[in-house]
Amino acid sequence: MIRFILLQNRAGRTRLSKYYVPIEEKERRKLEYEIHRLVVNRDPKHTNFLEFRTHKVVYRRYAGLFFSMCIDPSDNELTSLEAIHLFVEILDHYFSNVCELDLVFNFHKVYLILDEFICGGEIQETAKKVILERLAELDKIDT
Amino acid sequence: MSIRLRELIKAVRGCKTAAEEREVIAKESAALREAFREQDQSYRHRNVAKLMYIHMLGYPTHFGQMETLKLIAGSGFPEKRMGYLGLMILLDERQEVLMLVTNSLKMDLNNTKNMYIVGLALVALGNICSAEMARDLAPDVEKLMDCPAPYIRKKAALCAIRVVKKVPDLLEQFVDKAAELLNDRSQAVQLGGATLMLQVARGEPGLILELDGSVVAKYRPFVPALCRVLRSLLQPGVSPEHDIGGITNPFLQVKMLRLLRLLGRGHTESSDAMSDILAQVASNIEANRNAGNAILYEAVQTIMGIESIGGLRVLAINILGRFLANRDNNIRYVALNTLAKVVSVDTQAVQRHRATIVECVKDADVSIRRRALELVYSLVNEANIRTLTRELLDYLAVSDTEFKPDLTAKICMLIQRFAPDRRWHLDQLLAVMLQAGAFVKDEVARALLVQLANTPDLHAYAARAFYRALAAHPDTAAPSLLTTAVWVIGEYGEMLLPSMGGPLLEGEPPLAVSDGDIVSLLEMLLRRHRSEHVVVEHVITAAMKLTARLPAQVARLRAIIGRFTASSQLEVQTRSTEYGKVFAHERIRSQLLERMPALDEAEYLKANNLDGAAAAGTSAPPPRQPNGSSGGAAPAAAAPKASGAADLLGGLDMLGGAPAPVAAPAVKSLVDDLDALLGGVPAAAPPAASATAAPGASTAAAVAAVSDDLLNLLGVGPAVPPAAPPAPTLAPSSAAAAVDPLASILGGPVAQPISSTLTPPPAPASALPAPTTIVAWQQHGLVMSFALTKHPTNPAVTEVVSTTTNNNQTDVTDFTLQVAVPKFMQIRLDPASGSLLAARGGSVTQRLSVANSQHGTKQLVMRLRITFTAAGGQSHEEMAEVSNFPPGY
Repeated sequence: MIRFILLQNRAGRTRLSKYYVPIEEKERRKLEYEIHRLVVNRDPKHTNFLEFRTHKVVYRRYAGLFFSMCIDPSDNELTSLEAIHLFVEILDHYFSNVCELDLVFNFHKVYLILDEFICGGEIQETAKKVILERLAELDKIDT
Repeated sequence: MSIRLRELIKAVRGCKTAAEEREVIAKESAALREAFREQDQSYRHRNVAKLMYIHMLGYPTHFGQMETLKLIAGSGFPEKRMGYLGLMILLDERQEVLMLVTNSLKMDLNNTKNMYIVGLALVALGNICSAEMARDLAPDVEKLMDCPAPYIRKKAALCAIRVVKKVPDLLEQFVDKAAELLNDRSQAVQLGGATLMLQVARGEPGLILELDGSVVAKYRPFVPALCRVLRSLLQPGVSPEHDIGGITNPFLQVKMLRLLRLLGRGHTESSDAMSDILAQVASNIEANRNAGNAILYEAVQTIMGIESIGGLRVLAINILGRFLANRDNNIRYVALNTLAKVVSVDTQAVQRHRATIVECVKDADVSIRRRALELVYSLVNEANIRTLTRELLDYLAVSDTEFKPDLTAKICMLIQRFAPDRRWHLDQLLAVMLQAGAFVKDEVARALLVQLANTPDLHAYAARAFYRALAAHPDTAAPSLLTTAVWVIGEYGEMLLPSMGGPLLEGEPPLAVSDGDIVSLLEMLLRRHRSEHVVVEHVITAAMKLTARLPAQVARLRAIIGRFTASSQLEVQTRSTEYGKVFAHERIRSQLLERMPALDEAEYLKANNLDGAAAAGTSAPPPRQPNGSSGGAAPAAAAPKASGAADLLGGLDMLGGAPAPVAAPAVKSLVDDLDALLGGVPAAAPPAASATAAPGASTAAAVAAVSDDLLNLLGVGPAVPPAAPPAPTLAPSSAAAAVDPLASILGGPVAQPISSTLTPPPAPASALPAPTTIVAWQQHGLVMSFALTKHPTNPAVTEVVSTTTNNNQTDVTDFTLQVAVPKFMQIRLDPASGSLLAARGGSVTQRLSVANSQHGTKQLVMRLRITFTAAGGQSHEEMAEVSNFPPGY
């Protein structure tokens, strides 16, 4: 199960944080800080996996943005990596060539997109096309 | 007039300093409060969006939580969408406010006009519902799993996962529903169904269905259906929209494989049924993309996890071999991860890759290093311990500091378990102590000393080896090395002299020292490590012992000992003064300082659980069965009188160190007093203490009283008239306790072994009713039970033995229990039997006694404060109230 998803930039600003397990606000800040420190200095040749406390963090860097996903130790790390990539592709299509500013000004949209992709820490839909079509419909009636 | 969300974001981004940002937010928050107070409807939507932004920046937003509920209660889709989003971001399941949304959720789940509204409600429920909500809305979720729209079915399936996680009682009603989803025509629904099946089957392993056994057994008939789905996914181009790098829906394939693993484990028939498809996956999936590797990785785990035939296993092991040779670090990481799981199934296959694995221990990437190291530990055996230890020691020298404690502990454990001979054992541990002495645990050093005491051939060698180590690294040596080495030098010091030590062992360089050099070394250590009390204590004891071994140096040694009679450190002062007194009894001094007798090694190792898990450390010995104790006590009691006298020093030693095992009642009262001081727990004076020391006596007096008693017991004329009745009149229990310190030998470190074979603190074995047991606290895999017995004469007094058991797969350390009671009760807490709860059933006991002054009118009640450190260094602090004492207590 995915415990939380973080989207941070190189400076450590959290652009999106979605928690699927209850964690106190203070603890959230702390672990966001810790994870940023861990991922930001890693060599690109290193693994995309980190052992973080009792769980694992799978992260991937896209330009100046780090997408991190905290999963159970028994979960398939490679699948999580694939899920991060799929999410980025969806964002890329939705915002047509996504950049950090899109995510800043449309942060609420990013949450809505994520809710079509993952629910309660489990992957909900794996077809990019289905998600994008659904989002278009939702946006149409959301006026 | 409120600004737009975009403008707020721009304003915040334009801030140059944090103070500026705070000002902007404060202004906006004030405006939002104002708007919320005025019930401004037209901008509510936008205001909640701004609130979420403010929340994301880390500012408080609780004042706006109700607004999200109002939006959800609205009728339009845009309002609801923003409302549910705000709900998920601004609130979480622990907030009571969340309950208020249950009704709106129920209405939205049953909305028949707009399925997107149903979808919104399902997502919100699936992400943050609480147990109460789950219970209330489970029937609606279940109904929606049959909805014609796949968009709703998939969401309902995931929502059901959350529901059964929150309320495991509801599992049963989703068992069949979940399996039905496997045949769905939508892959997303199949994925949801498989995920739900995994949760249901895993969720409650103990759940037995009424008619047909476990959930897993109930799901086994679906193996062919799962195989069918998997097979269809293997066809190329079967569903282009789910295609990732030429592979159809890797997410679903991985989920299916995982489910197959669960169903095939321990069941040959099902394993056979899935072996064809597993072989097909393992041999046909392309390994050149991440998606393909993800599937192979899962398939290998499944093959190794079920009852596979040999051929299939070979296929899986070969895939792992290819993974391990891959240039991509991610792939190597998962290979190591899988090998660690496989090693118990097929050690040979893993051994073949040993060289590669050892290389990985030195990888630049910490993730790889950790995995590889884990694996190396499980690969070590008697045949390769020498090479692997050398590799690990090389690595220890260059590894990161954060890595060292763990690595050190593991190396010590391996050396202890697989050492081919004792000299090697000694050499390697000495090497570890030199490199990373700060991380060597006390138990390891102690076990080494016990072993050494039992191996006379190595006494001289050990003394020389430690002498060389200290002489070469006087400044950098860690306390663990210093204390161990000083102990050995004190014990076998005369063997350092070339004339006394016998021939050198093979390959050992000669060592030319005089008796003066040995004393100089001790003096130098005292100069360099003045501030380390433990070291000073050990040096004093060693100096004392050397007075019997190096007669020519008595004057210098005596000067060393005498130097600390005014030390501000109680223990140091005590040793110095008391050893000084021994010189007044020249007649027995050499007897008193005789070499330590050999100890029962097997017993020691067993008692300290040195089979890997760290032992109970410096705290009291682990609990023993009373019936075993009489046998164990006999040999110790039968120890020769002379060495018994010699042991006196050890007995004295024990009194100072606070963590030493509870020996005599006086010490107990001391510990109690300390407990009371430190923990604020009211401590009644222990009844037995009155025999030797008045409760509340100064600590020094208490210690003196006990030492007097001991002297008394041995027939040595006490320096001070005894303050307490002579030994024979002591209660049997305290007599037994007195043997304890006698037996615990010279020099603190070995205090543990013998005392652990001795009688436990007195258990009033006489006619007592069988204890009533209650469960006082239960959390994080720890269970604390209280065994209650009434005091035989005073029903207001209850004796409680708390036993805490660790059911986790990992050790729990630093466990402490503190207890508070209302004013009208008095409680006394004895020290716990330890602070470490070994994995899988390790336990700690602690005795408490409560006097309820309002017995008969008020029930016993306690508040517990429990602290401990779980795996991964996560520390917990738990408070609990115990009010389930049975009537009459």
